[in-house]
Amino acid sequence: MAFHKINVTINDDLEQVVVPSNMTLMHMLRESLALTGTKNGCSAGECGACTVLLNGEPVNSCMVLAVECDGAKIVTVEGLAGKKQLDPIQEAIVQEGGVQCGFCTPGILISSHALLKRNPNPSEDEIREALVGNLCRCTGYVRIIESVKVAARMQSVTT
Amino acid sequence: MAKTDRQDIPSPIGENSPRIDAREKVTGAAIYADDIQFGNSLLHARIKRSPHPHALIKKIDTTKASALPGVKAVVTGEDFPGYIGLYLRDRYIFCRGRVRYVGDPVAGVAAISEEIAEKALELIEVEYEILEPVLDPEFGASPKAPLLHPDLGQYAVVNFIFPQAGTNISNHFKIRKGDVDSAWEKCAAIIERKYRIPQIQHVPIEPHVATAKVDETGEITLWVSSQSPFAQRNLIAESMGISQSKVRVIAPYVGGGFGSKAGVSMEALVVAIATKVKGHPVKLLLTREEEFYTAFVRQGLVAYFKMGCDENGRLLAMENKFYWDGGAYTEYGVNITRASGYSSSGPYEVPNVRTDSYCVYTNHPVTGPMRGFGMPEMHAGLEQCIDELALKIGMDAVEFRKLNCLKTGSTLVTGSKMHATGLSDCIKKTAEAINWGTKAPPSAPNKRRGKGLAIMWKAPAMPPNAGSSAWVELAEDGTVNVGVGGQELGQGVFTVMAQMAAGALGVPYESVRIATPVDTRYSPYEWQTVASRLTWSMGNAVANAAKDAKRQILDTVAEAWEETPEDLNIVNGVVISYKSEREIPLKNLVVYGLPKPGDQGWRGGPVVGRGKFMPAYVTGLDPETGQGERAVVHYTTGAQAVELEVDLDTGRIEIIKGVSTFDVGKAINPEMVKAQMEGGFVQGMSSALFEILQLKDGFVRNPSFVDYRIATSADTPRELQAYIVEVPQDDGPWGARGIGEHSMVPTIPAIANAIYDAVGVRLEGPPFTAEKVYLAMLDAGIVK
Repeated sequence: MAFHKINVTINDDLEQVVVPSNMTLMHMLRESLALTGTKNGCSAGECGACTVLLNGEPVNSCMVLAVECDGAKIVTVEGLAGKKQLDPIQEAIVQEGGVQCGFCTPGILISSHALLKRNPNPSEDEIREALVGNLCRCTGYVRIIESVKVAARMQSVTT
Repeated sequence: MAKTDRQDIPSPIGENSPRIDAREKVTGAAIYADDIQFGNSLLHARIKRSPHPHALIKKIDTTKASALPGVKAVVTGEDFPGYIGLYLRDRYIFCRGRVRYVGDPVAGVAAISEEIAEKALELIEVEYEILEPVLDPEFGASPKAPLLHPDLGQYAVVNFIFPQAGTNISNHFKIRKGDVDSAWEKCAAIIERKYRIPQIQHVPIEPHVATAKVDETGEITLWVSSQSPFAQRNLIAESMGISQSKVRVIAPYVGGGFGSKAGVSMEALVVAIATKVKGHPVKLLLTREEEFYTAFVRQGLVAYFKMGCDENGRLLAMENKFYWDGGAYTEYGVNITRASGYSSSGPYEVPNVRTDSYCVYTNHPVTGPMRGFGMPEMHAGLEQCIDELALKIGMDAVEFRKLNCLKTGSTLVTGSKMHATGLSDCIKKTAEAINWGTKAPPSAPNKRRGKGLAIMWKAPAMPPNAGSSAWVELAEDGTVNVGVGGQELGQGVFTVMAQMAAGALGVPYESVRIATPVDTRYSPYEWQTVASRLTWSMGNAVANAAKDAKRQILDTVAEAWEETPEDLNIVNGVVISYKSEREIPLKNLVVYGLPKPGDQGWRGGPVVGRGKFMPAYVTGLDPETGQGERAVVHYTTGAQAVELEVDLDTGRIEIIKGVSTFDVGKAINPEMVKAQMEGGFVQGMSSALFEILQLKDGFVRNPSFVDYRIATSADTPRELQAYIVEVPQDDGPWGARGIGEHSMVPTIPAIANAIYDAVGVRLEGPPFTAEKVYLAMLDAGIVK
């Protein structure tokens, strides 16, 4: 097994990590860096629990090899909040009761955050579509969808 | 400070307190079992599983696997002769002599990496003698079927489960009430139907994961995603023949359970492996594929219903036969058979009932508890029959239900009386909210619109004496630490326990913490986090513990102030006297006590309140008739309705609107109660429209998220309404009873009834996929 030294910016910190060729980004985050907020639900790119931002785009980190991320910028759930306050989508999902077991939550937050970045005022259909790859078994999605709407309103007030 | 009426429901009971665990869950800080870091001594376990549904093990050769560099241990059933199981001990930890389903664990490996462990599995050689499998529960119950558990008669079993030695029937529950045979003549309308409900899986987004470590003295520590830390401690200890005190279970947040993480399933495997590599933590994380067929699945059901009513629509008789497909081992599932038996009338008063509910061994995946514990499966058919019977006698389906449903004091199918219930209100509210009796036009010419309603009841199904305990201690600053042994699965129980402790003690909600993670070494005993029993049972324990702490505090202050405790209260974290109007904050006094006047010593001291709850009134039922004084602790009741559209071109169903109303006794946190109703509705909808474990010759053919579809954000209805009815439970904390599981019980039949209303077809069972609905419409000549 070959090993590679990569440089990667994670939540604004530059990290140098040695990774085997077959290590996924998800495993690098969870095991090499102990950033366990990113969850492993299926290791097959189907449940969305491991969603992170890779150069601004939401990806299933279980489907990305760590070695591909040399020079990339990664944002995980641990990096969503600012120093003093939560991201609007984090605030909104707490307020609207969109969290239950919490296991899908990190992926839901990253996907929603990415949606609101590219589309600050999404319609209900656009929200549903943006979250279709993030499975949730607890909430029935109702309060999650509402959270994204509320976060959009919070953002429009602050900007 | 204003005087408050001490009989009032105290704040924050009934308020929408924010979730206590929300902030750590949205920042990625919340720790789940797979997040715990064990360092370099961690070993990884993988399991060699049976490729056959039914076979004898002739030989296992582990020599090559053991010789593989990096492999630290290989274990088989040879090493672990003890049986394991909750109600019926019918399982070995690893198979011994026989495999009974595809996926049955035959051997286990611990290695320095998952890859090496996986490779070692390929080097384990197992010789099988293939046997005829049992793939259908009705056939399995017949004398023609091959015997899957020849030792059934010798298995240890609790006294309310009745295995039939020499058959594949691991439990037979009977109801014999009234005179069914002569009742049929008096019926003006009779319906007879058969339904088939497929196996489905819980699909928690967090797969099962457990890490075990055994130290040199044989003490076991298990870090696990678990609904049942204490039951696991007990069952693993008993199976291995060691003291419960030698097993410590540490259970952090659970990423979804729905029953699959109750009892013991894969946890015992990793403990067994860890006994061979002392000092090393050994982790077993199920793959998503393993999750689908080697963790528990929901039982399949073949159900026969016959029911009749008189010319006024009053139900006179029911005759039900349930064949539960229990799978290879039914140690937990046997009680689903019992629960469906003692609830087999549905939420109706029926004078004459005959029920036979059979739990049948098959060579299918192991079944166990899943949200609803048999009730969604049973109600799926029963509530469709009710609609059909109403139609046959010429009554509106809602009026028929109002006439026949259980009211306070109704005689139950087990012969006892119904406690106070708001079921009639639930039906009324639900019907109103769905605009029952009106029909909106479809959204397009190729669509048909329909409405359906169904009602339900469900009791916590558990041993009669399942107990809860709790402690409440206070810190110097007056903050409160609450110890519980029940688990936060997402249902919100930690929030509700904090509310109850705050309310019972008289402190602000914000000053209460829950002592987590649950750790059997430090946390108080709790039977299991199942049966929607925690708000009620653990809630009573927490309230009792808080009251005990309060009594200790008030005694100390009363003595110091030379008043009586009855004149004192704690309000918002301050002890007040209604008599002298003196006040003193809790801080410091709850640890240091209070000084006696003139420096003459101290009174009081550190406050630790303790509380417990165990129902003492549940009686046995006659094994021949199922009749008895009190079968269960209580029933939660409720109703759901849906409005949907069927696409005539494709058969696709779209749920336009869903309504849920449940009688929860007292909603401790109304928004979280509604969130349970919404989540349950969508899980029920998912099971109605999409979900089935496709079993073929004992193999699960769709063990992935691509082939086993669950509801996504695109599928959830645009409009979901939830209503709360509150008819208090006499022994519930502030009147509360459970809601978590109930919310998916009536969803399948509500949807089925709406499909019938829209296009006039009924299917033998879910899922009501577009293909099946289209073909049914084709058969019925509705489309060409």
